[in-house]
Amino acid sequence: MSYLLSQLINGITLGGLYALVALGYTLVYGILLMINFAHSELFMAGGYVGLGVLKVLSDGAVATGPLAFMKPAQTFFNSGMLGFVALMAATFLISAVIVGLLGVLIERFAYRPLRHAPRLAPLISAIGVSIFLQNAVLLWVSSKQLPYSRADGTAFVTSHTLLKFGGVEITTMQVFIVVTSLLLLLFLDTFVARTRIGRAMRATSQDREAAGLMGVDINSVIALAFFIGPALGAVAGVFNGMYYGSVKYNMGFIPGIKSFTAAVVGGIGNLRGAMLGGFLLGIVESLAGGFLETGYKDVIAFIVLVLVLIFRPGGLLGEAVAEKV
Amino acid sequence: MADTKAAAVMPTPTRKKLPPKTIVAYSILAAVLVLVPVLVQSATGWEFIVRIFVIVGIWVLLALGLNIVVGYAGLLDLGYIAFYAMGGYAGVIIGQAVSHWTGGATYFLMLIPAALAGALTGVALGFPVLRLRGDYLAIVTLGFGEIVRICLNNNLFGLSNGASGLPYGNQVMALPFGAQWLQDNIRFQTPLGFFQFGPNMYWYVIVVMLVLGAIFVIRRLDDSRLGRAWVAMRENEVAAEACGINIRTQKLWAFSLGALSGGIAGVTFAYVQQFISPESFTFMESVFVVCIIVIGGMGSIKGVIAGALLIKGVPDLIQGLAVAGVLKMPAEMQSLMSNYRFLVFGLLMVVMMAVRPQGIIPSSRRARELLPEDGRILAEEDMQEWDVENRANTEPDDV
Repeated sequence: MSYLLSQLINGITLGGLYALVALGYTLVYGILLMINFAHSELFMAGGYVGLGVLKVLSDGAVATGPLAFMKPAQTFFNSGMLGFVALMAATFLISAVIVGLLGVLIERFAYRPLRHAPRLAPLISAIGVSIFLQNAVLLWVSSKQLPYSRADGTAFVTSHTLLKFGGVEITTMQVFIVVTSLLLLLFLDTFVARTRIGRAMRATSQDREAAGLMGVDINSVIALAFFIGPALGAVAGVFNGMYYGSVKYNMGFIPGIKSFTAAVVGGIGNLRGAMLGGFLLGIVESLAGGFLETGYKDVIAFIVLVLVLIFRPGGLLGEAVAEKV
Repeated sequence: MADTKAAAVMPTPTRKKLPPKTIVAYSILAAVLVLVPVLVQSATGWEFIVRIFVIVGIWVLLALGLNIVVGYAGLLDLGYIAFYAMGGYAGVIIGQAVSHWTGGATYFLMLIPAALAGALTGVALGFPVLRLRGDYLAIVTLGFGEIVRICLNNNLFGLSNGASGLPYGNQVMALPFGAQWLQDNIRFQTPLGFFQFGPNMYWYVIVVMLVLGAIFVIRRLDDSRLGRAWVAMRENEVAAEACGINIRTQKLWAFSLGALSGGIAGVTFAYVQQFISPESFTFMESVFVVCIIVIGGMGSIKGVIAGALLIKGVPDLIQGLAVAGVLKMPAEMQSLMSNYRFLVFGLLMVVMMAVRPQGIIPSSRRARELLPEDGRILAEEDMQEWDVENRANTEPDDV
């Protein structure tokens, strides 16, 4: 029983990560009806950028040479609770903004020229971007697994046990991940539902041309979607690095596919659906993973994907949309 | 095949005589196909290049197979390598089990189970994804490819020997029929050296025959009722269905025929390499084949071959020459080349989609689908096709 429960808790944590990445897929799909295949690579980029930011802000070994001026800032970030909170806030914010801008850049150069092309064209372009980003990191950063810690081996974030009952442990890290992802969803949901820009986004996703005629600046709405999605993906990437303790150039592929599955399970194009799908998939995978050989763990998500697409292609919260002729 | 029935009903089209220019071109091509490997094989220290030709030939076969699915039927399959794997594994597993009785004929006999394994997997994948379109299909096929690889890697049913691959350590795969005899008996002097009909040469002949066979079949398919149904389906599924095309059957045909070709390529690859392991069937390999088709020209046989030669052939050849020391290249340069390969391909795919989505040598129909306004800027030969099609009025004006 306690084993099952701890698997459940792992699953919820994993679900939080999937949900964050799935939001990016769903946001872009909702507006452009395309799968941003490069999204998994943006998740990976988030992990790397986060590592870089953390090193600059709090790793003494980095603060030499041209970066020596970071010394006093590092002392602040490494001291006390306030410093830690500031460090986390800065890391997530900077990674989210950098990766978000990368997303906007990709949209501008790889997808926008293809907006009126047949649907296969942007997808192939996206695969190209994905291969490019993966190999760029492989060549220009590192082909090896990088530890998510300072040069002296201490982790940036030490996870404590928050709760312990029976054999089950809940760590601060797990709570941190789940709470942050829920807060971000809440924020995004309110943003899309309540603000003027959110309304423009909804209008664009319903009918791009009509929205354009009503005065919505389509290009900036799409660019915004390509900023928010990757920014959320970057947050997930940083979490992923902290939670698993390392990053690698190909780390995005499998979580990317799984998050896409999560978005489909929830009903692609539906924000709450993506969140629900993420948590469901995380839980299903963790629970099923407990009973299967570890080698087959990754197969579960694919099987879920195929089953959902066959039996409920609209997803759990999605509505069946008739094909426009 | 389906088109035999169709051909019986339809009047046989009268074949025009080939213009002399084409005959000359084909003769030159044939001469190159024969002379180059013979000369290369006879030059001491250059024999390995024939092997590169063989591998590139196998990739041409793979790309031609995927071209049926992606180029003709318009179904983006990102897990195509799974069929290649299924063909290879089926060929090796069954082949090793029966090799005691079949001896040198094993490879040729194994073409049948490999093709069947490919085609059946194609149908097995085809059924659940029949209703999916475009990008959903791409992701599901990707997942399927990964499932196959993971199962092979984990030694499902104890058949695949996991990551260590097949055949098992102490087994060898029989050389096909006649290879030894040819090696012992066909030898002569060429301007570059002494020619001996080695195993690489043997495989070269087989692969060239397979590719020619595939081209023949695909050209016939393209002209058949099935081929036209695929194109109609690719252009507009709803309209095609309204015209009485059974989408399900056509999709299954596309999947199974494409997969069949993949299976044959797979078993050939396994017997050429004398070894097979899940490492050869990663997602990247699938992407590689898609890349060949996209850059070469979707739906165009010449384009796909050009793509395979350019993307697989040229880098492999340069690398092979560098490794053998024929081409003087520092070690850093070599590793740089193999590393930057994928980076460049990724970029090339993006640029290609924006600048020339129809590929290097486009198919006339596809070019018009992708670039309707300047679809007329085409090769002369394609222009003729274009005229014929327009007179026949088989194409919808607006897609």
